[in-house]
Amino acid sequence: MQPSNTKKSNPEIEKVIDQNYQYGFVTDIESETIPPGLDEDVVRLISAKKNEPDFLLEWRLKAFRHWQKMKQPTWGQLRIEDIDFQSISYFSQPKQKLKSLDEVDPDLLLTYEKLGIPLHERAKLAGVAVDAVFDSVSVTTTFKEKLAEAGVIFCSFSDAVKEHPDLIKQYLGKVVPYRDNFYAALNAAVFSDGSFVYIPKGVRCPMELSTYFRINEANTGQFERTLIIADEGSHVSYLEGCTAPMRDENQLHAAVVELIALDDAEIKYSTVQNWYPGDEEGKGGIYNFVTKRGDCRGKNSKISWTQIETGSAITWKYPSCILRGDNSVGEFYSIALTNHYQQADTGTKMVHLGKNTKSKVISKGISAGHAQNSYRGLISVSKNAEYSRNYTQCDSLLIGGECGAHTFPSMEIHNSTTTLAHEATTSKVADEQLFYCRQRGIDEEEAIALIVSGFCKEVLNKLPMEFAVEARALLQVNLEGAVG
Amino acid sequence: MNKKNSLLSINNLKVSIAEKIIINGLNLTINHGEVHAIMGPNGSGKSTLAKTLAGHPECEIQSGSISYLGKDLFDLSVEERANEGIFMGFQYPIEIPGLSNTAFLKAALNAKKKSQGDEEITAVDFLKELKHNAEVIGMDQAFLNRGVNEGFSGGEKKRNEILQMMMLKPRLSILDETDSGLDIDAMKTVANGLNSMRRKDSSFLLITHYDRLLGYIKPDFVHVLSKGQIIQSGDSTLANQLEEKGYEWLVKT
Repeated sequence: MQPSNTKKSNPEIEKVIDQNYQYGFVTDIESETIPPGLDEDVVRLISAKKNEPDFLLEWRLKAFRHWQKMKQPTWGQLRIEDIDFQSISYFSQPKQKLKSLDEVDPDLLLTYEKLGIPLHERAKLAGVAVDAVFDSVSVTTTFKEKLAEAGVIFCSFSDAVKEHPDLIKQYLGKVVPYRDNFYAALNAAVFSDGSFVYIPKGVRCPMELSTYFRINEANTGQFERTLIIADEGSHVSYLEGCTAPMRDENQLHAAVVELIALDDAEIKYSTVQNWYPGDEEGKGGIYNFVTKRGDCRGKNSKISWTQIETGSAITWKYPSCILRGDNSVGEFYSIALTNHYQQADTGTKMVHLGKNTKSKVISKGISAGHAQNSYRGLISVSKNAEYSRNYTQCDSLLIGGECGAHTFPSMEIHNSTTTLAHEATTSKVADEQLFYCRQRGIDEEEAIALIVSGFCKEVLNKLPMEFAVEARALLQVNLEGAVG
Repeated sequence: MNKKNSLLSINNLKVSIAEKIIINGLNLTINHGEVHAIMGPNGSGKSTLAKTLAGHPECEIQSGSISYLGKDLFDLSVEERANEGIFMGFQYPIEIPGLSNTAFLKAALNAKKKSQGDEEITAVDFLKELKHNAEVIGMDQAFLNRGVNEGFSGGEKKRNEILQMMMLKPRLSILDETDSGLDIDAMKTVANGLNSMRRKDSSFLLITHYDRLLGYIKPDFVHVLSKGQIIQSGDSTLANQLEEKGYEWLVKT
């Protein structure tokens, strides 16, 4: 965590609030990070900075008051350093921008290069101000026009609050209420920005939506919020996160993602998470505590989560599906790779409420170094969810002898017509496999990457094509130093 | 023997595994384009010799030297040896689930090209060659897209080794009991693959228990290994003698 720098009183914040009232805080990109600390004033300040309507401020405050009564959960198979919530700054505008690539950590640039990310993207990802060099604005506009033609709304959460307050009011917090858990409550109180997507009835979104574009518009902070609504009969595929490591001082990343699929709608949500994992000794790194949940609200709706989790010191999240509509389908495809001292406790919840609902869970956990990797899953079938089906497969791969893999599957079945299947395996990358690859001329690091990509094949195949290539590269980069 | 032509020259080699001496003073020279067969009873050190040449980490060199293409073989890592043209056909090929045979072979081929400073092979050229070679050894195309050796029968695994050998075009192919567990048909196809590669710039070291394979591939030299040493060398007729008389008469002398 950040060095503790607790401040109890906040005269500076009060000063800023005063200013805010005077000048209205127009889009002030250069504004500094507010001092560490969290109280109601900070929540008000964030809301004021963003010119939010009253309903949203009220909601934030309710969330904050609720959060104050909550305790940090401890049930994960995780070793977490104490988090001092008063030492964190809750409004993180982009940190000071670097003037050129020469100022960027060369290690970071090397990683980008290995990932095959084009130079101008590398610059953007490293936080270098590239607006002067690259006309990213016009690029964004082109996409926006194409989307607008289809009636798709895709914008930052802040913009959505301003331009589509009714939709926000109707759907915000309906899938993940602020009362849901400690970090969801914290996020609701202090979230700074995020993405908003609305796909109108019957529309098939003409392109993959990606946070790549959103990042071009604004560097979001560590508490983001994403809301995606797929109206009846619509279809959308959304890619989250960039494939590049975001080496960031932000230590706690507590995002919330809410998906809503109405009748016959389909949402495919893919994540490639590669936050800074800490160094080889386990120092530093992001605590990635995220709540992701999809509501298959309509009949025949479908929500599919695909996640490639390679970064973060700790990953703690369970992208889940509430299968409310009859015949709705939930899917979860996951690769969680932990190396060095990384920890992951991830999995999914599939909650079958409607009749004939189906869910499928494929989880691939890879551990190397001293890492610990857990799959935790819940399959719940309610009394009325007749003829529901679930298939769960969780496989673990161990590289070396110091790491660990754990599985915690649980099932709560209240209907006798349910069909369930669960398979689990644990295997090791054998020395003889490595020798076999090396005898064919493939060096050890590439050999491990090949073995791992074979192990993950079923999940990698679920990624959009252009992403799958990057995901493979990412696995390889994150496995560096896993052996020898 | 003519040192100038020699591809591989092993001098007074001693190798141990888990502190037990397995190879004990072995000498062998293989020239370009030659086919050598090494025969011998179980535990004589045949497989250890193959593993030592490939650089398996469990083989500990106690003394002696091996020169390959004029270089000290011990200076080269496992993958460097491979990329310099040493291929080992495994007695028990390992499975790599999920990784397609095609992807694996392409990675291997490109690793070799990269080490030589060549451009990567194009997907079209690669697939053309792969399909052709698969046909020569009678391998079903379906195997190309399956995981490396995943769920293959013993014979299919051995065929797959030969396919890899044909694709990688090694200078020195060491085949460790590639013939064991093969029926006659499979043996013929393996021999087909091997014979199709016999030329001046490729040499073979065939490690075998029986002379069955040698009926299809006529070696230039046959060596008998016992207790980590070559105790007898000869031409291909030596294999026939061994078939008739067994090893006893040699071992006892």
